[in-house]
Amino acid sequence: MSITVKDVEHVAALARLDLSEQEKEAFTGQLNAILGYADKLNELDTSGIEPTSHVLPLFNVMREDEVRPSLPIEEVLANAPEEEDGQFKVPAVLD
Amino acid sequence: MSLLTKYETVVGLEVHVELHTKSKIFCGCSTSFGAPPNTHTCPICLGHPGVLPVLNRQAVEYAMKAAMAINCEIAEWCKFDRKNYFYPDSPKAYQISQYDQPIGQNGWIDIEVNGVTKRIGITRLHLEEDAGKLTHIEGGLGSLVDFNRVGTPLLEIVSEPDIRSPEEAKAYLEKLKAIMQYCDVSDVKMEQGSLRCDANISMRPYGQEKFGIRAELKNMNSFRGVQRGLEYEQVRQAEILEDGGTVVQETRRWDEGQGKTFSMRGKEEAHDYRYFPDPDLVRIHIDDEWKARVRASIPELPDARQARYVSQYGLPSYDAGILTASIKVADLFEDSLRYTGDAKASANWIMGELLAYLNANSLELEDVKITGQGLGEMIALIEKGTISTKIAKTVFKAMMESGKSPQQIVEEQGLVQISDEGAILAVVDAVIAANPQSVEDFRNGKDKAIGFLVGQIMKETKGKANPGLVNKLLTDRLKR
Repeated sequence: MSITVKDVEHVAALARLDLSEQEKEAFTGQLNAILGYADKLNELDTSGIEPTSHVLPLFNVMREDEVRPSLPIEEVLANAPEEEDGQFKVPAVLD
Repeated sequence: MSLLTKYETVVGLEVHVELHTKSKIFCGCSTSFGAPPNTHTCPICLGHPGVLPVLNRQAVEYAMKAAMAINCEIAEWCKFDRKNYFYPDSPKAYQISQYDQPIGQNGWIDIEVNGVTKRIGITRLHLEEDAGKLTHIEGGLGSLVDFNRVGTPLLEIVSEPDIRSPEEAKAYLEKLKAIMQYCDVSDVKMEQGSLRCDANISMRPYGQEKFGIRAELKNMNSFRGVQRGLEYEQVRQAEILEDGGTVVQETRRWDEGQGKTFSMRGKEEAHDYRYFPDPDLVRIHIDDEWKARVRASIPELPDARQARYVSQYGLPSYDAGILTASIKVADLFEDSLRYTGDAKASANWIMGELLAYLNANSLELEDVKITGQGLGEMIALIEKGTISTKIAKTVFKAMMESGKSPQQIVEEQGLVQISDEGAILAVVDAVIAANPQSVEDFRNGKDKAIGFLVGQIMKETKGKANPGLVNKLLTDRLKR
């Protein structure tokens, strides 16, 4: 498993991160080191073992369908950099 | 259209159905439609850090019920995954959805087009959360985000590419809508967005097995829009292929006003959602007991009800299909039969007057006030001879507007049919005396003249004279 600069650029683009050339190099090295470490797990024989999606031995944790109070609108918008008519204002999104 | 005899259409539909739970799927905020923006939000659905979503049991049961109603296999175990993408309508930058373990798989529904029944496969049905709503400020100055809808439980139902025409697509949607409505899991109102549809469409030369390159159509906001969008796309793609070109695999937006589809370039970047299991939500285990309990809650579905109307009431299959397309209409029909034994008459009134009126005015049944009891009692009044069929039309309209009982309308408006021979005879004589020319014409063999005289008599009696008696008495008088 080897991460290239191209992979880093792809992941950065998906995460909306703008990386300098230096950062790209640095992260490529770091990600390879991390994945290399995780690669150790591949030394284990896991054939015949069910894949685990959750580490907790719990299932069916649910609530009943009951309405509870929502936040007051002032608190909802408290962290909005910009607002208008009770809504969050964001840069124009065009379809 | 001639190109369409050369190229075969292949369509698969992706339908989203909002479940009408009272609260959202992972928090207690209300799901009711039309509240002021952002007033149904909390730290969980706003995606604040450190919050813990907890699954709404009702949403799972609705999803199971819907999946069973479209003949899906129900997963014994399933889980939720995070679908990661950035868009301002999603505050967490991921949507909680189901990736490789949907609640339901391998289902089907039957549709009928031009009298032919066809089975359409359902690939999967999964449960996820809805996104927020964006409105754009004029002039590109920005967009506004309302998160009320975020976290509304949503079903995504994906069909197999079994659909071969826009008509089949429409029939599939209508049937799916009816089934969801019968199951009472959703309001299924396309205009309010509780039913939404995207379509994958490709064309291939007849006889070719391999599918052509497909386009994904979005923004079709009505059944009619879906049909028109697909019709436009059929021709666009067939023309490209006919010219030796290649269809571009892309997302296209249907523009209802222009009647065209347009490429959505912004959506072309690689779909790389990096799904992974949501660690905050533990797995769902559906055992046989739970399945059986949900299955028992499924009512008689549209196909079964249609078949029963044919066998029990002797209705033509087509009529039974129309009556059962909406559970509210079907219920009204059955309610009416507690007050009249004439199922055919009831069916005819519903199709001929009620549905025609609703369609012509783009209304839903709940927009008019008529009840099944009112309709049944009105038909009984016709049977008894209290009102004529012609007068009944007036009564029917009044029932739709006011919801009053037919008896009350008849009394208030003085619509009782005149069946008293003496009373009618007096009018007949007066009309004959006033129209000697028409009487003369009739005696000279002009049969049409009698129609004019009948019209005059009905006018004099404000349409209340028993038409059979009028004809009989007038003919007797004229032949004397």
